[in-house]
Amino acid sequence: MNALPLAGRLYVGCVVAAAAILIYTGDYGNVAWPVAAMLGALFVACESTSTSIADDATVSLSFSAALASVVLVGPTGAALVSLAALFSVRKGLPVVKRAFNAAQFSVSAYAAGTVFETLHGKHGVPQASEFPGLIGPYLIAAFVYIAVNMLLVGGVLLFIGQLRFRSPKYLHRGPAVSLVANYAAYATFGLLIAALWTIIGWVSVFLVLTPLVVARWAFAQYTEQQRAHEATLAAMCQAVETKDYYTRGHCVRVSRGSAMIAEELGMHADRVDAVRHAGMMHDVGKLGVPTRVLQKSGPLTPDEFATIQLHPMRGLEIVREIGFLDEALAGILHHHERIDGRGYPMGLAGDEIPEFARIIGVADALDSMTSTRSYRGARPVPEALEELLKCAGAQFDPVMVDALIRSIKREGWDPPRPVGPPDSPGQVARQDHDDPTAPLRVSGDPAG
Amino acid sequence: MTLIVAAAVLVVASLGAVLVNPADQPRLAVAFGALIVLGELARLAMPGNRETAPISMAGALGYTLLLNIGGTERAQQSAMQVVAVTAIAMTIGALPHIAVGRLPRLDVLARRLITIAAVAFAYRPLAPHLDLRGAWWTALAAMVGAVVLAMAIDLVVTALIRAEALSARVGVALADEFQSQLRLDIAVAATAIIVALAIGIMGILALLVFTGPLLVTQIAFRRYAAIRSTYLQTVRALARVTEVGGYVESGHSRRVGDLSVAIGRELGMYEAELLELEYAALMHDIGQLSLPDPIPGGATVFAGADEQLRIAKLGAEVIRQAGVLEAVANIVEHQCEPYKPNPELPLASRVIRVANAYDDMVGGSGDHDRSAAALDRLRHDVAIEFDPDVVEALARVIDRLGHGRF
Repeated sequence: MNALPLAGRLYVGCVVAAAAILIYTGDYGNVAWPVAAMLGALFVACESTSTSIADDATVSLSFSAALASVVLVGPTGAALVSLAALFSVRKGLPVVKRAFNAAQFSVSAYAAGTVFETLHGKHGVPQASEFPGLIGPYLIAAFVYIAVNMLLVGGVLLFIGQLRFRSPKYLHRGPAVSLVANYAAYATFGLLIAALWTIIGWVSVFLVLTPLVVARWAFAQYTEQQRAHEATLAAMCQAVETKDYYTRGHCVRVSRGSAMIAEELGMHADRVDAVRHAGMMHDVGKLGVPTRVLQKSGPLTPDEFATIQLHPMRGLEIVREIGFLDEALAGILHHHERIDGRGYPMGLAGDEIPEFARIIGVADALDSMTSTRSYRGARPVPEALEELLKCAGAQFDPVMVDALIRSIKREGWDPPRPVGPPDSPGQVARQDHDDPTAPLRVSGDPAG
Repeated sequence: MTLIVAAAVLVVASLGAVLVNPADQPRLAVAFGALIVLGELARLAMPGNRETAPISMAGALGYTLLLNIGGTERAQQSAMQVVAVTAIAMTIGALPHIAVGRLPRLDVLARRLITIAAVAFAYRPLAPHLDLRGAWWTALAAMVGAVVLAMAIDLVVTALIRAEALSARVGVALADEFQSQLRLDIAVAATAIIVALAIGIMGILALLVFTGPLLVTQIAFRRYAAIRSTYLQTVRALARVTEVGGYVESGHSRRVGDLSVAIGRELGMYEAELLELEYAALMHDIGQLSLPDPIPGGATVFAGADEQLRIAKLGAEVIRQAGVLEAVANIVEHQCEPYKPNPELPLASRVIRVANAYDDMVGGSGDHDRSAAALDRLRHDVAIEFDPDVVEALARVIDRLGHGRF
């Protein structure tokens, strides 16, 4: 909000002025003041607590409070209640932002209140006889509230350049569905607060919010556990790599690269998570390869090459018990297949190779090329991408290579910092099975 | 078992009573029955192998508490009718689970039904005397009392069953239930009261309006339960990298994990502590990954004491990298220190030391003589190397194991 252009300031000014006019000229003849005061307190409480019940939705608890006041105290009352957002306890919230928030809440509430009153004919604590007739107008009012709210907030985001219009391809189904579900649920809470007010007065606020508070606790636990899980997964996968000095951090970067490709392809959030996990664990089976094979500098014997070719299967053996998507397992097993069918362990070709495996294969090669190896320095990112394009069609799926290049153009890529030779020579692999520019040399193999 | 028989008797009695006196307000009964069926379909497996059905419980409790419908019409269901509707709906809700091969846990169903029955028999006789339009606070207090009773019965019975099934102490099991179920129970209780009140004002339609909030709560808990179980699976699976790498004998981490948890439970550790203990036991050998090559023979007990301490430290460092498992890292760090100079070591570390030494000697074999010999050797070093309490707990666990229970 710091760099708000003049037009943006004008816009904010207009919204604030509109709210002020609405509240100043409003009709307070039949506002139930004790109810309004209680709802105002509720609104402040809702705005002060950090909100979000789903990671991808930004529906706030105050939505329920605002809609309850639409029914209980009418348009002007609801506008006044929403003004309480001015006093929300949030550290470091600039005055302009605070004023705009309160103003846009007020305008939205006033609009919804007017619609509700017009359709339903009255406001106030509802009586049993008003149901089920009240529900239709309530739903329309909730819809109006959301629409006005999104328009006003969208306007400001447009001015500060945070709102980007993305092509529908990037809009994932998941978040949209959960956003709608969240709005619907919160709208219901508002209706329940209003309905129960008839019987138990202000106690209804506490009663209705209790399950919500518990749900939020569960959600907070979920996010915390999820974070812990990711961190533990990364730590354990990195532990597998400590044996080899030059590949440290490889799993984390392959994980990131795979997720970038998957997002670029517009995959559902669950699948992006799955490919992220698969990328993280794609090489855990390498631990089954004896150190002396990994560190051998000369050509490998066919037997030694076979142990390397087996590492995806050892990896699968380890991660099979984890309740991830089957796709993730397939991605780990086949990440060294080649489009031309000359990869391992099964020699699948083209579309036979699972999508996840084609993704991980590309991210894997990119990180290998942009990292330092004992036999060469790290290559610059553009050169590595060039090499990927060259191998597309034969080794890599061109779709995945294109997606990676597009994503890197937009978001960039952090290659590992160049590292010097290690202190102890015991930790160095002489060959890298992931490097498309330097295939493993196997004795007796003309390619090697 | 007694529980299941008691529930069966209840079912027969209630069905009989309803057959003799046809149901009052059948539409209401069907509506609540449908909500309970839905709740049974959306059963939830909470961490610690706990099966719950929050929506079903909220529906059944709501039906129990209901006083009037849409203003003036009184709700007339008898306690027997509540039990019958709940039992029928639970059975219907269990059918799809059975169809896909998930057999119902009879003790869990019985516990839920008995909880509902107890509350229904206590509350329904009072219902004609409660009026929401007059002294609403008396009615509300009665409702709160009823749900508190339900929560108390549910927690106590669950704790008793778990204590029996897991050979845990009853007090500990009760505290664990409190810790893990109380929040969900409060949500269920509040929801039940809201359902009863909302139908009182909005009529039967309130049940439809209500599915929204219920689903939000349900989804949040489902995700939480799912990530908890994935987390444990991940640690269990990745702990096996040491086996694939040839650092330890196959199955070692998992066996030490299971044995440590059994010993910890025997020693009266709480569920949260047991989880940390299990993580630490599974990952206790992870420090070996930093060694260039496996120790010959794998078992750390044959490595030198200094080497063992170093590996434990390396393992703790790996776990600290995650930044979220500080307690687990601490346990792993101290797992190799002898008991004698410092009996203040974390209990979990002492447990892992004993479990690890035992598994190094016995391995996966269930041979009775080998296990007795290993136990003798541990007892020989007791009070210097190993914590005597832990070794005795191990002896009791092994004794039970001999009789077919872990």
